[in-house]
Amino acid sequence: MIYWQIFLAFFIPGILGYGGGPASIPLVEHEVVDRYKWLTVEEFSEVLAIGNSLPGPIATKLAGFIGYEVGGVVGSIVAIFANVAPSLILMIVLLGILLKYKNSPKVKRLTLYVRPVIAVLLGVMAFEFFSSSYSGIGLWQTIIIAVVSWLLMEKFKVHPAFVILAAFVYGGFFLA
Amino acid sequence: MKLQWDLFVAFLRVGLLGYGGGPASIPLVYKEAVDRYKWMEAEEFGDIIALGNALPGPIITKLAGYVGYRVGGILGMINSLIASVLPTVILMIVLLKSLSSIKQFDWVGGMVAAVIPVVGVMLAQMTWTFLSNASKGLGWLVTIFMLGIIFFILHIFSVHPAIVIVTLLIMALVQKDKQSVQKKNEGKVS
Repeated sequence: MIYWQIFLAFFIPGILGYGGGPASIPLVEHEVVDRYKWLTVEEFSEVLAIGNSLPGPIATKLAGFIGYEVGGVVGSIVAIFANVAPSLILMIVLLGILLKYKNSPKVKRLTLYVRPVIAVLLGVMAFEFFSSSYSGIGLWQTIIIAVVSWLLMEKFKVHPAFVILAAFVYGGFFLA
Repeated sequence: MKLQWDLFVAFLRVGLLGYGGGPASIPLVYKEAVDRYKWMEAEEFGDIIALGNALPGPIITKLAGYVGYRVGGILGMINSLIASVLPTVILMIVLLKSLSSIKQFDWVGGMVAAVIPVVGVMLAQMTWTFLSNASKGLGWLVTIFMLGIIFFILHIFSVHPAIVIVTLLIMALVQKDKQSVQKKNEGKVS
């Protein structure tokens, strides 16, 4: 029975959470804190704070941890599955249809029309990251890190993984 | 086997290095799937992001799951999902069980702060890729015009991106084909 509740608690935020992981946080809180009372508001914000300081997608970290708290390892798996599977299946079906008609002019146009939207979404996201960095560590640090990482990735073709690791080391020593 | 290993490593990196939530990992997935392993073209990746954005749920598991499925079938899908999700969930459980609060460690905050501009650069690079692709198909003038309108709709009128994407998808499907005769001929040949 508890597994069914866990499933519902993470299925609903997964389906309604438009705009990716961060958008579903309040929905998860509603289920976990208000409806099922598995955690208090304080506990939830503690979990969220730690989740935010770890890498990886936030929604699955919340699902995995809270599922584990409530229902052990099985609870954890149920929660992640409920959170991830519905939209993934939908995605595979829809993209399957799209790929099948890849050469039809309609689908080609579809790809074309969507590109500027993606560009705007990505561009705005880039701007938000720079501006949050500006208010966090200031203009000069932001510019230096941005320019150095751009040079490494674009000119010297260093894999982003190494650039990020280098940034971790730099930040751990100089921005703490 | 090699393929499944590649998928696992690729999405393990994405899961472990994607600080700042799902959207921050999009450029990492792009680097792995398009640049490094060449599993797909930038155009196809754009379609996946568009559809992923128009569907609910976390973006990164949709990307990992779909890319895994497309390249390595059901096994690839499960493999990629596990790689992108599991390590950080385990880390989270271990940390929350052992330490009461990691927030006090200043160096963790410093590490996260230093990664933010790097992600900004990666997002900017991807933006550029999509812009130049868009202008190849639509021409610079139309592209800039569309950018302006889309920006207005999204950020001045605060319309949800999913609505904009779905509207454009419908427009593309409903619009009549100009070269339908030509297309028919191409179809016969192929």
